Amino acid sequence: MSESFQDSALLEVRGLYKSFGPVQALTDVDLDVPSGYVTALCGDNGAGKSVLIKCISGIYAPDRGEFHWEGRPVHIRSAHDSAALGIETVYQDLALSDNLDIVQNMFLGRERLRRRVLDENSMEKAAAETLASLRVTTVRSIRQPVGSLSGGQRQSVAVAKAVMWNSRLVIMDEPTAALGVTQTAMVLDLIRNLRDRGLAVMVVSHNLNDVFAVADRIAVLHLGRMAVQDSAANFDRQSVVEYMTTGGLGITSERPASSNGEVQNGAR
Amino acid sequence: MAHAEVEPPQEQPPADKGAVPEGGAALVPPEIMAQTLPEYVRGLWLRLKSGESGMLPVILALIVIVIVFQTANSKFLTAGNVINLFQQSAVFIMLGMAEVFVLLLGEIDLSIGYVGAVGGVIAVQLVQPVTTNWPWWAAIIVALIAVSLVGGAQGSFVTRLRLPSFVVTLAGLLIFNGVLLIVLAYGPFSGYPSLTGRGRNLRILYDLMWGHVTPLVGWVSMIAIVAVAGSMMFLRDERRRRSGLVAPPLSLTLIKIGFMAAIGVVLVIVCNLNRANIGTLKGVPWFVYILLGVLAAWTFLLSRMRYGRYVYAIGGSAEAARRAGINVTMVRTWAFVLCSLTAGIGGLLYASWLGGMSNNVNGGQLVLYAVAAAVIGGTSLFGGRGKASHAVLGGLVIGAINNGMYLQNIHVEWQFIVTGIVLLVAVIIDAVSRRGATSGSVTRV
Repeated sequence: MSESFQDSALLEVRGLYKSFGPVQALTDVDLDVPSGYVTALCGDNGAGKSVLIKCISGIYAPDRGEFHWEGRPVHIRSAHDSAALGIETVYQDLALSDNLDIVQNMFLGRERLRRRVLDENSMEKAAAETLASLRVTTVRSIRQPVGSLSGGQRQSVAVAKAVMWNSRLVIMDEPTAALGVTQTAMVLDLIRNLRDRGLAVMVVSHNLNDVFAVADRIAVLHLGRMAVQDSAANFDRQSVVEYMTTGGLGITSERPASSNGEVQNGAR
Repeated sequence: MAHAEVEPPQEQPPADKGAVPEGGAALVPPEIMAQTLPEYVRGLWLRLKSGESGMLPVILALIVIVIVFQTANSKFLTAGNVINLFQQSAVFIMLGMAEVFVLLLGEIDLSIGYVGAVGGVIAVQLVQPVTTNWPWWAAIIVALIAVSLVGGAQGSFVTRLRLPSFVVTLAGLLIFNGVLLIVLAYGPFSGYPSLTGRGRNLRILYDLMWGHVTPLVGWVSMIAIVAVAGSMMFLRDERRRRSGLVAPPLSLTLIKIGFMAAIGVVLVIVCNLNRANIGTLKGVPWFVYILLGVLAAWTFLLSRMRYGRYVYAIGGSAEAARRAGINVTMVRTWAFVLCSLTAGIGGLLYASWLGGMSNNVNGGQLVLYAVAAAVIGGTSLFGGRGKASHAVLGGLVIGAINNGMYLQNIHVEWQFIVTGIVLLVAVIIDAVSRRGATSGSVTRV
């Protein structure tokens, strides 16, 4: 299984470095994100998860390293570049404007115009269709301000906003961190829904319950280095925790062959 | 629970009411939900109860103010005084509309009193027949370009150097007070340029505040404006219905158009009464059209165009806007340009009202009244909420207080105190309604 999606990875990150002044946030990071799979990115606080996804989504410019999109080298220098490729990121804070309504938020930055005037009707219809297709909406009106929505609804709006643009890769940063049990289940269903549409999904999460519930692949960052990435079937809770806390150095007994060496080879 | 029923979002109420947070209904503007008039009234009532009252408090306040002053002095509602009140309010309204642009971003511009005055003095000097004798339109264009450049410079300091707008424009307040005095002393026309002389260009600038159209033109233009605005509302609803979207009930649209027409009729009747002590003076003043034109333009820009959408987005969450790929720096800089441009128009009105320009301009007080006008009208000081029309209502409140207290021979210190109290109340309403909205978002699951 590992081989099949390594060949067709939608996004390949190679040799990524990023530092903030004296702090080396990412060191020689490789990552593969294939279509039709959920890739979970794990790591302890400060492991560089957020920096990595911000580099992928064009918020930060990496110091060194390459991105390959469908095998072709690409440059991601701005949020615009990543959006043009089809990369959409749902941040933990969701990046919604509370004073704007659902339609306005979903089209923010990409408003449809008709004779230089906002084409509200067409945007409202498209937003309604997307929300309905994701089967997530319990909102009263899509013209209500986002500030009046519940946490799960807000997450749904943020995801709907991300998938609306024929996106190919949806990155979600801690999508369930602020949610209760029911709302978490709803968001995990949404993630599976995206995967089944053939999108590449990358989920950054601390919550190993969620990781094992939805992830097909797991990648673990440790102190800015990619400790391991492999099919989720090759991990158990214990081993993920060990990679997160020690970078894999302490793992000797159960999985001798599955540490860095093999994965790096598989990625070539 | 979320998957039990798929509800197309335009249908309501949803099957799953449990997902709607308490108070959620009250935060939804009634016109986006209601299909019938009773539903609308119910929605409006819910919003009022939750503190999301919109413009209603300021309209009520205005009515109370008018009743109080009319009871105290029957001269208050005479045609002459009402027009006088409008004139006094016009400058506050225009400067308030200027301030709305930056307030929407959560910024403030303290310099616009003097920046506007600089625009006024440039135009007034350029049309002086004995010196430059420019045509009126060229003088106005140059004045407005000059103030726009000032706005661009101040905006750049705020956005590119990330300085607080409060400090940058406080410096601007002092700097342009000085610039005003320098232009007065060393401009092409040294001294205090007046607009009361002979000459067509002088006359047109003077008429910005003092000119008026004939009674017939007043009626025709009022009917035309109401007809155009009304049919635009109709067509908009009709297009929504054809697209299968929720549109406000027809009765509500008719009521709104009726209100608009009623205000127009009363305005034209009052303006067409003879307001001269000797001879005849009647007709709708020019500045009413200037105010309406700027109001319509800025309302359209803010609510129907992409730029306006970005202004609200940045005011709500600059980070969200930045991540959406919006050029936040550019939008914010242009807001300062538009603010100064509008202030320049306000400065022209001010110069026209005074019949010239002198060093006796209290730009510091003007800008405070401008901020007060916007905030009293319902624009938030914290960004993200506001409209150009708020400045109209707020400016009228301030104008009415000043005018009414002047009529009562109440000293100016009490005008300051009462206006200050009104502003304080407006800010309290703003902060409380904002806290209500925030606590709603905290309690959501």
